[in-house]
Amino acid sequence: MPAHPAPRMNPCEGVEAAFPAAEAKTHRGELTLTVPRDALFSTLAALRDEHGFQQLMEIAGCDYPERPERFEVNYHLLSLTKNQRIRVKVFATERTPVPSVTSLWPVAGWLEREVWDLYGVLFDGNPDHRRILTDYGFSGHPFRKDFPLTGYVELRWSEEHKRVVYEPVKLAQDFRTFDFESPWEGPEYSRYNLPGDEKAEAVAAEAEGKSE
Amino acid sequence: MTDVLEDTAAKDEPGSGSITIDSQTGSEETTTEIQNYSMNFGPQHPAAHGVLRLIMEMDGEIIERIDPHVGLLHRGTEKLIEYKTYLQALPYMDRLDYVSPMCQEHSYVLAVEKLLDLEVPLRAQYIRTMFAEITRITNHILNTTAHAMDVGAMTPMLWLFEEREYICEFYERASGARFHAAYFRPGGVHQDLPPKLLADIAEWAERFPKVLADFEALVAGNRIFKQRNVDIGIISKEDAVAWGFSGPCIRGSGIAWDIRKSQPYDVYDRMEFDIPVGTSGDCYDRFMVRIQEMKESLKIIKQCVAEMPEGPVMATDPKISPPRRGEMKRSMEALINHFKLYTEGFHVPEGEVYVATESPKGEFGIYLVSDGSNKPYRCKIRPTAFSHLQAMEFLCKGHMLADAPAVLGSLDIVFGECDR
Repeated sequence: MPAHPAPRMNPCEGVEAAFPAAEAKTHRGELTLTVPRDALFSTLAALRDEHGFQQLMEIAGCDYPERPERFEVNYHLLSLTKNQRIRVKVFATERTPVPSVTSLWPVAGWLEREVWDLYGVLFDGNPDHRRILTDYGFSGHPFRKDFPLTGYVELRWSEEHKRVVYEPVKLAQDFRTFDFESPWEGPEYSRYNLPGDEKAEAVAAEAEGKSE
Repeated sequence: MTDVLEDTAAKDEPGSGSITIDSQTGSEETTTEIQNYSMNFGPQHPAAHGVLRLIMEMDGEIIERIDPHVGLLHRGTEKLIEYKTYLQALPYMDRLDYVSPMCQEHSYVLAVEKLLDLEVPLRAQYIRTMFAEITRITNHILNTTAHAMDVGAMTPMLWLFEEREYICEFYERASGARFHAAYFRPGGVHQDLPPKLLADIAEWAERFPKVLADFEALVAGNRIFKQRNVDIGIISKEDAVAWGFSGPCIRGSGIAWDIRKSQPYDVYDRMEFDIPVGTSGDCYDRFMVRIQEMKESLKIIKQCVAEMPEGPVMATDPKISPPRRGEMKRSMEALINHFKLYTEGFHVPEGEVYVATESPKGEFGIYLVSDGSNKPYRCKIRPTAFSHLQAMEFLCKGHMLADAPAVLGSLDIVFGECDR
């Protein structure tokens, strides 16, 4: 029994065995299947028709700029009959379209549009591939990690032009990012080079020399 | 509704729909051609429930096509959360669906607790369950009365807003804020309930059914209300599943699916309540489901008040839950923890979870990705309104223009949540 009070549902048993090509991972009781892009449609169709995952609840994009295929697209499915949830994950780049699942679930239309709008992932076969959340005429994909939080343009009402005008962002104060990560909390912070570290290293090297 | 009328078809076919005079007989012949035209509904219209712009293609008064334009309230909440610590990100949840703030917090804190695998004291779980249900009532009060007002009934709004005010007072007494509570925290709730609040909630729970019964008697059997809602915006079970419906909208279609029952969180598994379902999936059924749900919520509130255990309201791990003010005056360790928690925040182990709870509007989900640092790497919010609004064209096609506000009202859409 997990300690947390989050929703408790049935575990997905036997689902991963049906998809030997997919990379399965269970974390905190949630099953994630990572599939290649060209197997996405067949996997989701099989999950819907053979494994009872009737509903597509969410498509979540995610950006990892350091990866060769930087975007992740996560499909969250729900089984109303078996009371299970599953996540199917694919990777993509700016240039490699992900097959659209609008023919399986009509709800995918807007969800894919959102991922396109915010991350710039293309969906092959989406009949209405427009932006959805950002402003009319917006350029760029704001949720990418390399897109600044403040954006590039701001808009205001111009009394002179009698309309809303766009201008480059001017900040009265620089955007503040604080680095709170503690350098003394273990080896994962060793990239920090603090004054005084060289003394510790020298002592360690000396001790090593003595022991030899 | 006719904020802007664009006669687009007329531009294409000049002279259509005008009076033509037959030159041979000289008699005046009136030919009125019905033409398709597109119409803007909103974004500044009271029945749009916020900043929704619907581009409607009309055939006379019949809706042919609807293209909802959303995103006018897009604030980039998910991006902002990536730059905040886990605790600082919490108040954004109140500002999503500002009609039911604590239910959004509920999904978020459960997601953080799931990543941390954190145990939450029982009293905190009871308080959260109780306030989630109080929130469900306040949400349904607003939605059902606004829905009634959309189709012409003004009185219910005036009657029930008094009750909503009582609920705002409960919010204020528990959290200090009437709406944007920021009361649920990872590990429990921010502070214990003040004395006598439970007694007052219990007293209100006895009083409220009378007001609800008055409202139901006034609206549910009303001829005009029924004419405007029965058999309007029907969605079958199969379509509701395909369109990703959840909450009262899927229950209105006759599917008894409720996350509180099937995937219980906090102490819902200890609660005795029923799931009301509709039969035909029309606007009236969705409305009635919400009315019945308020009664079920009252049951849960009463049970929570009766069973409320004593004990702490926050997890005891000092690396996650901040110390009490009194403790800080005495303990150096508590002072350090307080400083660290409110500057650096707590670190969450690497991983990803999707946690969905039954918010009053449906499945409100949080897909939270942690890279092991003190800030979420990604916090995707699954709004309920997105899938419901997408089905707007499906629901309205072939209906009259005046049915669109009824359908919109029955879907219960709030744009803070839809646009994020």
